[in-house]
Amino acid sequence: MKQMSKPVYLTAGYNTLFLGSGRNEFHPKKPRPGIGHYITEAGKGALEQIKDPQQIDEGVISNFMAARFNRQGNLAAFIPAIHPALLYKPCSRVEGACGSGGLGVFSAVKSVLSGTADSVLAIGVEVQNSVKAVYGADFLAGAGYYEGERKNGHAHFFPDKFSARAGACFAKYGQEPVRTAMARWYEQAIMNARRNPKAQEYHNTTGDLFAVGMTPPNPRVFVEHLNVFDCSKVTDGASAVIAASAEGLKKLGLTPADAVEVVGYGIAVDDITRPPEDQTRLATTQKAVQKAYRVSGLGPDDIGVLELHDCFTITALLAIEAAGFVKEGEASAFIAEGNSHFDGLLPTNATGGLIGFGHPTGGTGVRQAVDLWQQLTGKAGDCQVAIKSAKPYAMMINMGGNDKTVAVFIFRRAQA
Amino acid sequence: MTLNERLTNVAVLGAAGKMGSGIALLLANEMTLQKLLPENRGKRYELNLIDINPQMLEGLLRYLKTQAVKMAEKNIVGLRELYRERGDLVENQEIIQQFIDDLNVSLRPSADLNSAGNARMVFEAIVENADVKVGVLKKLNELCAKDTLFFTNTSSIPIGYLNENAGLKGRIIGYHFYNPPAVQKLVELISPEGVLPELKETGLELGKRLRKIIIPANDKAGFIGNGHFMRDGLHAISQLDVLQKEASHIQSIYIMNRISQDFLIRPMGIFQLIDYVGVDVFQSILKTMQPYFPDENLHSKLIDRMVEKKVLGGQNPDGSQKDGFFKYEKNRPVAVYDPEKSAYVSFEEGDWKLKADQWIGNPPTSWVAWKNLLRDPQKDAKLSAYFSSLNSEKSFGARLAMSYLARSKEIGQKLVAEGVAHSADDVNGVLLNGFYHLYGPVNNFV
Repeated sequence: MKQMSKPVYLTAGYNTLFLGSGRNEFHPKKPRPGIGHYITEAGKGALEQIKDPQQIDEGVISNFMAARFNRQGNLAAFIPAIHPALLYKPCSRVEGACGSGGLGVFSAVKSVLSGTADSVLAIGVEVQNSVKAVYGADFLAGAGYYEGERKNGHAHFFPDKFSARAGACFAKYGQEPVRTAMARWYEQAIMNARRNPKAQEYHNTTGDLFAVGMTPPNPRVFVEHLNVFDCSKVTDGASAVIAASAEGLKKLGLTPADAVEVVGYGIAVDDITRPPEDQTRLATTQKAVQKAYRVSGLGPDDIGVLELHDCFTITALLAIEAAGFVKEGEASAFIAEGNSHFDGLLPTNATGGLIGFGHPTGGTGVRQAVDLWQQLTGKAGDCQVAIKSAKPYAMMINMGGNDKTVAVFIFRRAQA
Repeated sequence: MTLNERLTNVAVLGAAGKMGSGIALLLANEMTLQKLLPENRGKRYELNLIDINPQMLEGLLRYLKTQAVKMAEKNIVGLRELYRERGDLVENQEIIQQFIDDLNVSLRPSADLNSAGNARMVFEAIVENADVKVGVLKKLNELCAKDTLFFTNTSSIPIGYLNENAGLKGRIIGYHFYNPPAVQKLVELISPEGVLPELKETGLELGKRLRKIIIPANDKAGFIGNGHFMRDGLHAISQLDVLQKEASHIQSIYIMNRISQDFLIRPMGIFQLIDYVGVDVFQSILKTMQPYFPDENLHSKLIDRMVEKKVLGGQNPDGSQKDGFFKYEKNRPVAVYDPEKSAYVSFEEGDWKLKADQWIGNPPTSWVAWKNLLRDPQKDAKLSAYFSSLNSEKSFGARLAMSYLARSKEIGQKLVAEGVAHSADDVNGVLLNGFYHLYGPVNNFV
């Protein structure tokens, strides 16, 4: 991938509350806001931070499976519903399963780079509590190779895919350290979410989270190597962020102090029909991260804060290795030593991540960008981690499917 | 005959009732799982759902459909395996729908007892009345093949009595599900004298299939579950007289309910539990048990009075709680019945409730709500700490609770001493699994 031909900034981020089981206000039988509500709330949340919505040149919306979860297509046309200033602006929808959000940010950044827009409103949304998880599993299976794999796949299609990865890691590195690190990851995710009022697990009051994380899997009703706490939950939520050029920032009435600069990006997509060569590696994630390092001229030692795609606890371990923070097989020890903690060497998923904050599938990539923008600009509230001057960079890894569609970005606080 | 052979034709009597419908659901599910196995293809499966009330059979079918879908959703992992060869069924929803269709075609609702004629197993869950049960079982004994096995869901009538009077010659066993049968893990297995070994084995094997915890009890009226519950309830009622020297009737009911629920960390207060079971059912179980325990007074004037006034509790067809000792809103008590006024007095009316709460005081600070302890791995240690602090507490409520706990233990020990239960573990097992208690009555807390 090519170097950034000009500076592109992200600013004016906003996350809605992430709703689903675990939130006190959630009840499966009670009516809930629909997808349009989430899009509008997130969009308005971003627009309220700029001087003039008329200055937005373009819109992009990321979503995975509204056609099945909400029986809604043509999502681009929900963008003008956010604000009259957006009527008749060019808008599009991008989809790359759970990597949709990252692709949406990429699309917005590209429009700015290409010069067709000075500012682009990027929205990510998914509303998934419309069906029970047992039926949603089939919709989510669309992130895999449906025609080739669904029939013989597990009832809980994706948990089973990552259960196989966990099983392979147990076999290769020993079950005890890996299993323990997975439970520690769960514990960390919930502890972080408890600082984040918008997180799905904000109301979680469980005493011994590690013990819960160690719950033995029950393959009779779920999958072989994962318990339900190893999995991100079913979430409704949306996020929005604005990508802008230097000119664009001015027009929006913002300064670089309000923004982060995109210093690197890496997008990598693998053949969906091909099973993973090595279950203990996220090869596509590794490719995307390496591209982002190349574009930015940076390496793992420069990253001070990380957002990774922990759709399952095991994925967090593999992503830490794929991104080069440790060698293969060493993520368990890295986590066990507390390095990914809120106040650790590399604070990771400080707002809870997919397991703690929630995982509105197609929206997650945008949410990660919003959270890193908040961290780098000091707007993260109770979730704010210390950004050390030696490591001023933030990385996000957003993954679609079983390591198929991966978007990685590296940001730093914009220079005045 | 193996259990699997027997499962091809089963009858449930009283199928539209509270217990019968749950038993029917479990059997319908298990029979359909059997039917889907490759070795059983082509075999006919029939579940005869018999109830004297034909109007209720429609409701039963609706209940079975809704609940069977929920069970299938939980069992989806296994169901995908069972339908693996069906290339046309890809999504979980398609598989669940097919399972429900396969289940429905085996259901034979009927108001005619004759339709049980070909059954190889009969589950009896009709009204808890010995004469009615004997009458129906006698008829079935004539109708059915001579090797048909009978499972009665009676919670109190000695099985030996039914066996003898219906002439079943050891082909009947007590198979006491707890309410609701689809959810509660416990089945009390009551083997009367002379029971056929095959029947006992079939009962145990079926219990495993249905993923139930089977606890054996001896054939003494009330068995373990009601043996404890009735005496526990009577203890609470006896305490009302003591309390009423200083408190009103409604205050006393409220206090004993709160003591048994909050202070003892049980899922429900005792009067709420009596309402749940039905005040009239409580009365009828006492009547059934009394002749077998001539040295005990298993009777309550208050219960008689409530029944006379038709304040009966029990559940509506949708599972919601009917009013009894308490009036319920969204299944939570909101008012207490005052038999003098023949009316409910709201928790909010006046300051009677506040005064009652002040009188008993609060449980010690180590108290944890029942639902929070349910899945707590430290449950036993926390309970132990709580009851030790309760024991040293001087408040009136704490003393009432400790004497309640002592009486409950005494009842449990008596069930073992009198040979109703084989062991204290069995008594505790019934309370833990059938009543959702967090600890057994035979404990070291008191």
